[in-house]
Amino acid sequence: MATTMAKALNTALADALAADDRVVVFGEDVGALGGVFRITDGLQARFGENRCFDTPLAEAGIVGFAVGMAMSGLRPVVEMQFDAFAYPAFEQIASHVAKLRNRTRGALSVPIVIRVPYAGGIGGVEHHCDSSEAYYAHTPGLKVVTPATVDDAYSLLREAIEDPDPVVFMEPKKLYFASAEASLPTRNEPFGRAVVRRPGRDATLVAYGPAVPVALEAAEAAREEGWDLEVVDVRTIVPFDDETITASVRRTGRCVVIQEAPGFAGVGAEIAARVQERCFHALHAPVLRVAGLDIPYPAPMLEHTHLPGVDRVLDAVARLQWDDQPDARWAAA
Amino acid sequence: MTTTPQAVRRASPRTRRTVTPPDPARSLLPDAEPVRLLAENGTPLPARADYPEPPAEVLRELYRRMVLGRRFDTQATALTKQGRLAVYPSSRGQEACQVGAVLAVRDTDWVFPTYRESMALVARGIDPVEVLTLLRGDWHCGYDPTQVHTAPQCTPLATQCVHAAGLAHGEAYQGRDTVALAFIGDGATSEGDFHEGINFAAVFKAPVVFFVQNNKYAISVPLSRQTAAPSLAYKGVGYGVPSEQVDGNDPVAVLAVLTRAVAHARAGKGPFLVEAHTYRMEPHTNADDASRYRDGAEVDAWRDRDPVARLETYLRARGVLDDAAVAEIGEQAEACAADLRTRMNEQPVVDPLSLFDHVYAEPTPQLIEQREQVRAELAAAHAEEGDA
Repeated sequence: MATTMAKALNTALADALAADDRVVVFGEDVGALGGVFRITDGLQARFGENRCFDTPLAEAGIVGFAVGMAMSGLRPVVEMQFDAFAYPAFEQIASHVAKLRNRTRGALSVPIVIRVPYAGGIGGVEHHCDSSEAYYAHTPGLKVVTPATVDDAYSLLREAIEDPDPVVFMEPKKLYFASAEASLPTRNEPFGRAVVRRPGRDATLVAYGPAVPVALEAAEAAREEGWDLEVVDVRTIVPFDDETITASVRRTGRCVVIQEAPGFAGVGAEIAARVQERCFHALHAPVLRVAGLDIPYPAPMLEHTHLPGVDRVLDAVARLQWDDQPDARWAAA
Repeated sequence: MTTTPQAVRRASPRTRRTVTPPDPARSLLPDAEPVRLLAENGTPLPARADYPEPPAEVLRELYRRMVLGRRFDTQATALTKQGRLAVYPSSRGQEACQVGAVLAVRDTDWVFPTYRESMALVARGIDPVEVLTLLRGDWHCGYDPTQVHTAPQCTPLATQCVHAAGLAHGEAYQGRDTVALAFIGDGATSEGDFHEGINFAAVFKAPVVFFVQNNKYAISVPLSRQTAAPSLAYKGVGYGVPSEQVDGNDPVAVLAVLTRAVAHARAGKGPFLVEAHTYRMEPHTNADDASRYRDGAEVDAWRDRDPVARLETYLRARGVLDDAAVAEIGEQAEACAADLRTRMNEQPVVDPLSLFDHVYAEPTPQLIEQREQVRAELAAAHAEEGDA
């Protein structure tokens, strides 16, 4: 049956609330309204105001409140309304959510899920389109998960809610209302497993979240140029699956990492470094990155210049030294 | 404002007959002056119906734990000088607050302390060595929070206020009558999380007592740089939270006010804010130089308001304490300090490989790799030592 990622996430929340009395859902506008993206639509009506409720408009408060509720034995799932509006909660996330298990030698755990609608491509005005995954991925103690497909959205969110550790669950906004065939409920590969979305022989495109459809589209377009590209969906940035990605690049010998966030010091940089460390002798070309520009997220009418699209990916693929010649871009230096 | 019997007597019959709609804010305001049940010299002040004096045996126990607490505090400061603790933030002078607050709650209630509450945690019955683990540096939190219903001592300011609100709400949601007691200092009331914690607690009617120890300085910055409010207790009204201010060096008043605040919270009436006016007799920590920002005369003035001496004078006058009892409690305190000294002089055993144990419930493949790397480094270092 065709459904959207938004609906899959909504179903996952409903199924988790039904399966476990300890699960509570809260945040800004998640009650009667059902969230600004309607991800919590109908949950308050079905499960009551104790299980799904609106809070004061304060993100540090929401996350800190979730920490306290988790200490009392509950499993809070909180919504940050938009990526950039989660920043007030950063201290709570970095200093408490991520560290409580460690600080207490495992006596306290914080099994909470922080849902963050993120990234752009939706024509959003400023502060509504940040790709903030690197901040979380750089913080030990957090798991960072981002689905790229409808059924994975369901599966990963259910697993996030059941996970004993805190999970920052990053939802690509531009994929919310893309529709696909999905039979729910479903359980896919567990956390820590990347998935090959498209097998190919010539080069590996590594992507996550909103960049996965771009990678798949690029791979399709590359066929016309004679390249057979493999696409790997990272799915869980933390824990990271070196094994699947390494195996793929060892097969293909070439790798392009794609992310929507600014490239400098981003998750893609980490992936490129890891691939290079593990696959050096199998590589026929340097690992390249395709990323957003190193600029504050641009105004809607300029965002398409910023966002890595199919052409930019294909340009990178073209630079993978198919003729065994050095990359012209760096030759002058 | 709480209507005192005196205020009622002063009001004229005409005023009392005037029908004015009740001001919803008025009942939330603290007394204009801090509640005080003992004068600074330890003589009792007129009793107050709204803050009944705790029973004599409770006051005796309050005194005993304050004496033990002060001795613990002195010992901890001494341990920094011997290099046994990395740092120690003393709460000397704040014994009435440290001990009075924890005596007001049950063992099943949850306490959310800051780094300055070491004395309070010892008074709560937590092993002093476990309390000092953080400052000795062999791990972060030394006690199991789930066993002692006490959160790790919080170093990021005010963040614990929201945890207290969440825990209290979660407990109530699950049908338990737990109260959360959140400690906070005067400086941290400027942080956003104090505002968010008290606001969340109020909106959800969560049973939280927010206890501000206003010791006048945030490291070096005086209260006048934190707030223009008449006093910190006045911050409650803006959130719809009743509040009170208390003489934080009057142990009887602190325990009486906290007892009422805890009862208010436990009765399902929502949070309560208490500000205690006290003074940090020592520098911020042993690494601080308080002479750069406050003068000795100010410190001396507060020495005369010593909470331990004040309670002792009162309890002796009431016949609750005598020389023998005071001496016996002093001996207990010395024995505790000696035990602490002995145990802290043992070099703690730390295991570098344990660094990987509690990052996640199960280590990630990357952490397993790093653990093996460290294991190899340690083995190599060990082998080198063996060669040498």
